[in-house]
Amino acid sequence: MRPVTTESAPVRWLLISLAVLTLVLFLLLPLLAVFVEAFRRGAEVFFASLHEEAALSAVRLTLIAAAVAVPLNTLFGLAAAWLVTKFRFRGRALLVSLIDLPFAVSPVIAGLVWVLLFGARGWFGPWLAAHDFKIIFALPGIIVATVFVTFPFVARELIPLMEAQGSDQEQAAVTLGARGWQIFRRVTLPNIKWGLLYGVLLCNARAMGEFGAVSVVSGHIRGKTNTLPLHIEVLYNEYQFSAAFACATLLALLALVTLGLKSAVEHFTHHQAARHK
Amino acid sequence: MSISIQSIHKTFGNYIALDDISLEVPNGSLTALLGPSGSGKTTLLRIVAGLEFANPGSGRILFHGEDVSEVPAGKRGVGFVFQHYALFKHMTVAQNITFGLDVMPHSRRPKRAEIRERVADLLRLVKLDGLEKRCPHELSGGQRQRVALARALAIRPKVLLLDEPFGALDAQVRKELRRWLRQFHDEIGLTTLFVTHDQEEALELADQVVVMRNARIEQTGTPQDIYDEPRTAFVYEFLGEVNKLPDGRYIRPHEIELKFAAEEGVDVIGRVNHLFVAGPFARVSVVPEQGPRRELEVWATREQVDEMALANGDVIGLRFAPVKAGK
Repeated sequence: MRPVTTESAPVRWLLISLAVLTLVLFLLLPLLAVFVEAFRRGAEVFFASLHEEAALSAVRLTLIAAAVAVPLNTLFGLAAAWLVTKFRFRGRALLVSLIDLPFAVSPVIAGLVWVLLFGARGWFGPWLAAHDFKIIFALPGIIVATVFVTFPFVARELIPLMEAQGSDQEQAAVTLGARGWQIFRRVTLPNIKWGLLYGVLLCNARAMGEFGAVSVVSGHIRGKTNTLPLHIEVLYNEYQFSAAFACATLLALLALVTLGLKSAVEHFTHHQAARHK
Repeated sequence: MSISIQSIHKTFGNYIALDDISLEVPNGSLTALLGPSGSGKTTLLRIVAGLEFANPGSGRILFHGEDVSEVPAGKRGVGFVFQHYALFKHMTVAQNITFGLDVMPHSRRPKRAEIRERVADLLRLVKLDGLEKRCPHELSGGQRQRVALARALAIRPKVLLLDEPFGALDAQVRKELRRWLRQFHDEIGLTTLFVTHDQEEALELADQVVVMRNARIEQTGTPQDIYDEPRTAFVYEFLGEVNKLPDGRYIRPHEIELKFAAEEGVDVIGRVNHLFVAGPFARVSVVPEQGPRRELEVWATREQVDEMALANGDVIGLRFAPVKAGK
């Protein structure tokens, strides 16, 4: 007798086939296509595309943007989650909604707001020009847009986790005489480490792969303000398909590595949860 | 270390959690805060601990005459045991116990050897020797509770506070731990305040019972006093089974005598509608023939029931032994 909550064999096979078909069509085939197209003109062209000056500059820019956005948003996410879950205060619900704002907003708008604020004709445009400081169409703008778009990832991962864990252990630590930083380091952090890692992984993946918001603020100055996703678009628009796909394999590899690490984290979380029942 | 609670008032927005509460906890005593959910007992305990604070300007908490009302929990020297233990899941038993010592500033922290000795002593005290390296998830509920207790005691607190310490345990384990806690308290003599909703637990364990309800104290006294001389209807009904007679009087099930219907001195005649015999005791539910049909619960010995050959549906008489007037 099969368990009451499963379907009959034919239905099960149909559902599984549908799921596999969707996976293959929407995930595997495109991924495969990227690698196939990248090597269409041979391995030499592939490596040449990656070594090209503009490509290297794009990779460098992407890495810098991620290197700034991820630590900043991790710190912010930790602070926000700590605040929201351990304290009750007025405006708490508002803060939680605001944290989600970058998710609700279209990436193009997320980029446009910075142009409106810091662009030549923006609110702070004249002031910035007077101090000879460029944000839009320069590195700072790309960093700002990336930080904004990846803002919620760590916080969103930590808040439900810390909410579910409650504050009992922290309260116990308080009665035992521990001070704020000690409580965070010895009690809270070890309990959230897998959720934190997960959030950082997602934050990084998005930071490196962001297109829309960065596209609006970057100005597409070849070799100067193109991140990797932008560079791929530029190559594609110039009909340099193999080069475009060659660069795309870098992003595809990033995706695969992220997925792999994500699975590892999930495995350990499951392991930890099972142990702590 | 005695505790003096003076005129504590606590509100959460419009909700009154504690309404001008004053209470004395003598040095070395084991006092129970007893009451239903929402009575304010846990809030009061947390205010004594310093995890919550009374409304500004509303009252004081004194430890041995010293005003600690504004002192944060970490500096009050209280040992707090949470209902669900709140053990640090990723640390071993030994690390849990030494936590309070590990976070002390260097100047106050005992030497490593002394810490190790204290842990060993505490584990022996709570009968968990040999379990230093275990993690909380490898322990039973009762063991976890004892680790929580050892952890609270490691910092040599002046006062021990327990929030429904046995609430999350099986009935059997609860009984054993209750007995153990009383012996333990007698051994170390630390002023202890604990919260419970289980009246049996409060009556069995405490030197002083404080019955609370709706943010107020209904009655304070020894278990004997408040059971024999309850001052309000609530206390009467909360502390054990009680029957309410039509004329407003209260009578305990063991204060009613079973008699044959035709005997002398019978106060009420009624029909047995439920008979429960377990071991040497029997519980008999009787519905009076006249007046309101409210069931009366009677406790008798098995012998009496056998003598009268009592069965469901029998008509019998009840005699009320001298009764205390209730309100």
